[in-house]
Amino acid sequence: MALLQNNFPTFMQGFGYTLLSSLIALVGSMILGTAFAIMQIVPKKWVRKVGNVYVQVFRNIPLLIITFFFFLVVSKYVKMSGFMSGTIALMLYTSAFIAETVRAGILSIDGGQMEGARANGLSFAQAMQYIILPQAFRVALPSLGNQFINLVKNSSILAFVGGLDLMYQGNMIAANTFETFSTYIIVGILYLIITLPLSYYMQHLERKLKHAA
Amino acid sequence: MEKAKKRQFGIIATIVLAAVIVLGLMWATATAKQNEAHQDTLARVEKLGRIVWGVKADTKLFGLMNTKTGKPEGFDIDIAKALTVQISKQTGVPMSAEFVPVSASSKMQLIKNTNIDGSVSTMTITPEREKIIDFTNQYFDAGQSILVKKDSGINSVKDMNDSKYTIIVVVGTTAATEIAKFAPKAKVLAVQDYATGMQALKSGQGQAMSTDNAILYGFATENPDYHIAGGTFTHGPYGIAFDNNQKPMIREANKALAKIKENGVYNQLVKKWFSDVPGLDWHSLEAK
Repeated sequence: MALLQNNFPTFMQGFGYTLLSSLIALVGSMILGTAFAIMQIVPKKWVRKVGNVYVQVFRNIPLLIITFFFFLVVSKYVKMSGFMSGTIALMLYTSAFIAETVRAGILSIDGGQMEGARANGLSFAQAMQYIILPQAFRVALPSLGNQFINLVKNSSILAFVGGLDLMYQGNMIAANTFETFSTYIIVGILYLIITLPLSYYMQHLERKLKHAA
Repeated sequence: MEKAKKRQFGIIATIVLAAVIVLGLMWATATAKQNEAHQDTLARVEKLGRIVWGVKADTKLFGLMNTKTGKPEGFDIDIAKALTVQISKQTGVPMSAEFVPVSASSKMQLIKNTNIDGSVSTMTITPEREKIIDFTNQYFDAGQSILVKKDSGINSVKDMNDSKYTIIVVVGTTAATEIAKFAPKAKVLAVQDYATGMQALKSGQGQAMSTDNAILYGFATENPDYHIAGGTFTHGPYGIAFDNNQKPMIREANKALAKIKENGVYNQLVKKWFSDVPGLDWHSLEAK
């Protein structure tokens, strides 16, 4: 407890950066993921190819390597901090998984719906936006929740590139106070404070949408 | 009825789960406490016939993993081997030396958990650390410096006292805490190990890397574009670390250290590892 009191501002700074990074990555990966999910199912073949390559590349490389790529290689040409490179890597990595999740959601919607929508004069984009995607998201919601929770936990990758996040501050405090055990317990609890409400909210959302169906 | 039963089951399951977690944590804390309680290192290594040394695996000259053999090599490793031989002689118990790679931030905990018996890992003797672990006499004299690009125009740590500069350090090193005293205005970027630190320096994440001169010399030999600017600004000799309150082990280790300095083994090792380093007067490192 004394450990928490003495290092409270440091823990809170880490908490803030973890939250900020997770939020940016969450919004970004949601947009990118949805875009790439659609790219993988549009009628044009080369677009599908591009979407597929993107997903396979970012899904099958360890997050740490993507992070180091931005931190050590890209930053030679474009100046970016550890926080930035970690968040961008997290966003790209998660977006590949979200693309797969959303794609699975879209595929679960009967093909007749798209045909019906097109027959009624909607364009492909309109049919996606108004008919297919709202249903696809409802199907994909449980797995999306998983991805969001993973994203928050994966943000600990920032610690490796000096991203000032919770894990980074935890490492610093553990190194300075030598109270490794207690420090990481506090860090673990702080992660829970972010992820538990998130998972309860996702459960709530699932229930709500089920009733709406 | 059915629903109420389900609810009851849920509540009980939650309570049981919470109890398991709490009890588990209590058990883990108790075990950790017990490990901190006294356990004689010398008696343990004599019984097992081996000394497990924590050494660095990412630090050129001191402890660097040889990727071909999978074994760490360096000054620290050779010192540990020489000490093991010497302690075997002193105690009359044959002992072998084993090596475990440690990082700057993990070594304290590994000693506490008795995963390693002792640590020869470029570890500076500080009063804060002495509260938690024991040190032998110094086995190497070091001090903190900065490594910068040759054309950077930075001549000493004083030049870096400006918020436009970022200094790269490694988590858990004394350099990480000391740098704030010498360049309080500069930003500090802490990374996990020296290899990442050097990469980060090369890709411009910071303008300097700061740690002990001895370690920086290793990087300067490999990266001719970089040099050490302004000499040392702290004095922090390295010691060999054991768990707290290990008087018999410290006594034997100090005796062994004095012996290898006396019989010339120490000087041979200094020559083996430091005679090729450009810009370093290796004779100054020899035991007198």
